[in-house]
Amino acid sequence: MARRTITVDYLARVEGEGAFKVVLRNGKVENAEFRIFEPPRFFEAFLRGRAFTEAPDITARICGICPVAYQMSAVHAMENALGITVAGPLRALRRLLYCGEWIESHTLHIYMLHAPDFLGYSGAIEMARAHGEAVRRGLMLKQVGNEIMTLLGGREIHPINVRVGGFYRAPRKRDLAPLAERLKWARDAALETVRWTAGFDFPERARDYTFVALRHAEEYPFNEGRIVSNRGLDITAAQYEDYFEESHLPRSNALHARLKDGKAYLVGPLARYSLNFDRLSPLAQQAARDAGLEPVCNNPYRSIVVRAVEVLYACDEALRIIAAYEEPERPFVAAEPRAGVGFGATEAPRGLLYHRYRLASDGTIQEARIVPPTSQNQASIEEDLVNFVESFLDLPDDALRQRCEQTVRNYDPCISCATHFLRLDINRG
Amino acid sequence: MPSKNAKPRLAVWKFASCDGCQLSLLDCEDELLAVAQAVEIAYFPEAVRSALSGRYDLSLVEGSITTPDDAERIREVRRRSRYLVTIGACATAGGIQALRNFADVAEYAAVVYARPDYIRTLATSTPIADHVPVDFELRGCPINKRQLVEVISAFLAGRRPAVPPHAVCIECKRNGNVCVMVAHGTPCLGPVTHTGCAALCPSYNRGCYGCYGPKETPNPPSLSRWLAALGMDARALQRLYRTFNANAAPFREESERHGA
Repeated sequence: MARRTITVDYLARVEGEGAFKVVLRNGKVENAEFRIFEPPRFFEAFLRGRAFTEAPDITARICGICPVAYQMSAVHAMENALGITVAGPLRALRRLLYCGEWIESHTLHIYMLHAPDFLGYSGAIEMARAHGEAVRRGLMLKQVGNEIMTLLGGREIHPINVRVGGFYRAPRKRDLAPLAERLKWARDAALETVRWTAGFDFPERARDYTFVALRHAEEYPFNEGRIVSNRGLDITAAQYEDYFEESHLPRSNALHARLKDGKAYLVGPLARYSLNFDRLSPLAQQAARDAGLEPVCNNPYRSIVVRAVEVLYACDEALRIIAAYEEPERPFVAAEPRAGVGFGATEAPRGLLYHRYRLASDGTIQEARIVPPTSQNQASIEEDLVNFVESFLDLPDDALRQRCEQTVRNYDPCISCATHFLRLDINRG
Repeated sequence: MPSKNAKPRLAVWKFASCDGCQLSLLDCEDELLAVAQAVEIAYFPEAVRSALSGRYDLSLVEGSITTPDDAERIREVRRRSRYLVTIGACATAGGIQALRNFADVAEYAAVVYARPDYIRTLATSTPIADHVPVDFELRGCPINKRQLVEVISAFLAGRRPAVPPHAVCIECKRNGNVCVMVAHGTPCLGPVTHTGCAALCPSYNRGCYGCYGPKETPNPPSLSRWLAALGMDARALQRLYRTFNANAAPFREESERHGA
């Protein structure tokens, strides 16, 4: 009968190796699969037997795009296990480092990976021919994010300066002054990015998502807060595994994280923004409203605008942190090993990143558990494909395929992250 | 299909890895558009939506070989490439995922996956050069983007890349750092580690942890004696050599001399 199959065997402009297939019969979606064929790397297995001090450097290598997220979830989980708290300027520096990663990672996605979908190009380099000014702005903005990572972390990919308890070396106040000048430019560029993305054509599609993100008493969340949802969930990181589980779906050979009632949920910018609009700086709130965003955004195609608002917030917040910075007496809080279990959940650019470690009395890791954002979003990605594709059926195959790709890219999926834990389907057919 | 213009065709390939080394190319914010002027970025799925086609003048390969499919795919990449350059510790040494080479991969799969029988993986993670001839290896976890630009420029110009193979110590001295090992008793892999990072860790008051793998003609047994004198036990010594370049021969062999 009228059977139509949309397949993309190697999805471009995402981090890692993924594919998807949508099967349509008589104008109805019969099946949608987002597949992962990235090879497994077994991080949870080889973390066993390592020292607790090694977790931030080793888990950073799960993802070259968001290494700080892994370092932050790892150090917070270890500090939870060891009973230490990092406060004051060291806590602020961690927030600043995370601002750098959000700026770098979000700007990469906005300008190089996602905007070409809206403007009809194969990639940013082709897009630069007609939109040179915008692409150059994006590259420079990304560079400022990388400069924060380089100054605080030593380098932009796999920073070397993060340790359990704080940093190896804390910056002098005067080191941060040139960065502030760059960030003032970046804040303007981010505002321009919000305006630029707000002018794209967005399919008017929305779903009643279950949003899950951290929420903190005062701040837009990076490293701390309770895990909340728009359906009344309000738990600590230590309770994560009581409320979420990974189920095995035979049709995709992939583990999907779901709520224990079986429902899909969404993590990342859309969820963070919709649950924490009131925690954004006044500048970011105003820019969001001017861009036509409500305080809750249910249209995943507008996630590119939400990412731009978060970049603006990160620039604003970084400037606030630098202005308030006082040099710490010591760059780290000393941590003595002890037996225990520690939990950490932080907001990676792509959403909630959960770590759990069980330590022996000498600080050796006995068990590790890591749940990255893309694993959690996988079920939601497939539901978007099922729900939205039917309404785009009048498009010819090529355009429909592109629209499906765009739908997946709304999530900025990071397959390298997800794969150490996702099951494989290596049938590339 | 050969293109009409004369620009060399660049391809970027990914195997088991974190994406960080190919991201280094996109992190060349100042040079990226210039590189795109000098070469045709013909295949780079992380950044561009384009189909595989024809042959490539320069292939940059990230990642290690860990599955039967990838062992086959790298041969196809070699066939399509005039020059093949591997970038990063995964591609040049097997990466952190080569820790499986010292363990039972079936047990690893059972720890991570509920249905390990679905996992098709090799027992080892190996560098690209174990599978096909490689024209140049650029080390690092991650690679240094300045060195990446140098490598691309060198191949475009038909010369060898100027990438020194000496120890981190030389760069560290040149930076004027106080030796963290001599002055503070901080264990440091600098004396046996390949330079390229600008001696970053000692500049941040920490010891080198070996991101760039072994330098030319290293002497790890000698370093291990010094590290043991600083109080490192056998397990700690083994762990020190077993990270992102655990499968590189000098580090692998030295790690096997220590342990529980």
